[in-house]
Amino acid sequence: MFDASDSLLMNPQSSAPADARFVRIEQVGLTFQTRKARFEALREVNLDIARGEAVAVIGHSGCGKSTLLNLLAGLLMPTTGGVICGNKEVAGPGPERAVVFQSHSLLPWLSCFDNVYLAVEKVFGAQEKRAQLRARTEQALNRVGLSHAMHKRPGEISGGMKQRVGIARALAMEPKVLLMDEPFGALDALTRAALQDVTMQLHAQLGMTLMIITHDVDEAVLLADRVVMMSNGPAATIAQILDVDLPRPRDRLALAEDPRYHHCRAQILRFLQGHAQHD
Amino acid sequence: MDRVLLARRALAMGLGVLLFCGIWAALAAVRADLPGPLTTWHSALELFAHPFYDNGPNDKGIGWNILHSLQRVGLGFGLAALIGIPLGFILGRSPFIADLAAPIISVLRPVSPLAWLPIGLLVFQKASPASIWVIFISSLWPMVLNTADGVRQMPQEYLNVARVLQLSEWKVFTRILFPAVLPSVLTGVRLSIGVAWLVIVAAEMLTGGTGLGFWVWDEWNNLNVAHILIAIIIVGLVGLAIEQLALLAARRFDYR
Repeated sequence: MFDASDSLLMNPQSSAPADARFVRIEQVGLTFQTRKARFEALREVNLDIARGEAVAVIGHSGCGKSTLLNLLAGLLMPTTGGVICGNKEVAGPGPERAVVFQSHSLLPWLSCFDNVYLAVEKVFGAQEKRAQLRARTEQALNRVGLSHAMHKRPGEISGGMKQRVGIARALAMEPKVLLMDEPFGALDALTRAALQDVTMQLHAQLGMTLMIITHDVDEAVLLADRVVMMSNGPAATIAQILDVDLPRPRDRLALAEDPRYHHCRAQILRFLQGHAQHD
Repeated sequence: MDRVLLARRALAMGLGVLLFCGIWAALAAVRADLPGPLTTWHSALELFAHPFYDNGPNDKGIGWNILHSLQRVGLGFGLAALIGIPLGFILGRSPFIADLAAPIISVLRPVSPLAWLPIGLLVFQKASPASIWVIFISSLWPMVLNTADGVRQMPQEYLNVARVLQLSEWKVFTRILFPAVLPSVLTGVRLSIGVAWLVIVAAEMLTGGTGLGFWVWDEWNNLNVAHILIAIIIVGLVGLAIEQLALLAARRFDYR
């Protein structure tokens, strides 16, 4: 474990290979200006993410971890600093950075298939024919194990299945970066475990860069190569980063008896308790 | 279980109608000039024996009068929908235009649509377009305001989807905005058509010519009270039918 101040010392001009610094969050600060007050959500956030790396961001509620994800998604713009993804500054949303929202955000008037197709059509519609687009959509739904329910509407399927559709929609865009904003927070423990496994499999198969926002310590350790711990807001920033040195593929049963796993968990728990909110 | 409940409800409704007719009959017994339910019923049978006769401009069958009223409501309401729903979308999407229109709408909305009748007569010089104009005005506001509200209250998450997918304005409209707002639009439609049906009777009373409203006034001049009572019941039944149709449409398109 090392302090965030170490990463601050890294020279932005250093000639690290592009893949090691595929995503660069540099000196990012964000201040919300509401009608009545200013609220500094983030201050001096610095983080590099390698291509294909899985990073979990953990912290107490309101620490700005979702804000960080939205900056990367391009849904919010930083007040200071900048976000670079694959040598391009993030200036808005883009299909190479797909988002899985906490509230699944499916359009309730479209079937699961049409929800995914909407994204596929946007990204590949210019180059490919309809049959190919349909095949892509079916493949994405297949990957998350939803072939049987693709013609149902979101209102007709369970919360876990909705989130699977959300993941399929994001994956179907073939993103370089998959951003997941507390994707399994609203699900029961068994469904959550199943979807964590799906996420791990897809990450191993497709090799995209993954950022997952969570407040579940087990989820963070299970999924991530590094766990980014954020201090409490306002003016939240990255306080610590933990390398999760566990071999892949990971199996939750085997990990339950692995002392390294418990060591990682303990470190995160210690951090979260040290930053407990007193409210 | 369900059938017992249904039978009980039907029984209660029938009882309600009977009770109403009883009170009506009692009132008619006291006032000699008020026809009772039976007299009215016989008069209605006579009336509906030839609903579509045509003896010149001021003497047409009841069927023609109903159809004329419905046609005016349909035209006025249709024009209002054509203008009001797109206007609602624009007001909901652009705070600037909403502010621009706010004072005008706030002042005009509480005005009784009938106050617009002289303006209609002045502009169109004819009774029928003037009453269509009044229907147009009365159906406009509920559709504009409900549509604008629906657009404003659309969950941000749907728009975030649109932003992440970078959908074109057209796709945003057809795939997200319109389906999301459709239930609110239909609420506006339902309110509008209800108001329009309320207003048409009054407008036709004033303009004359044809229509249920004209017929009510004409029969008042003939002192045919039974026909006036029949007209009240017809207006109620047609209004009920319109309301149910609008509700059916609203339920069909409600994704919630």
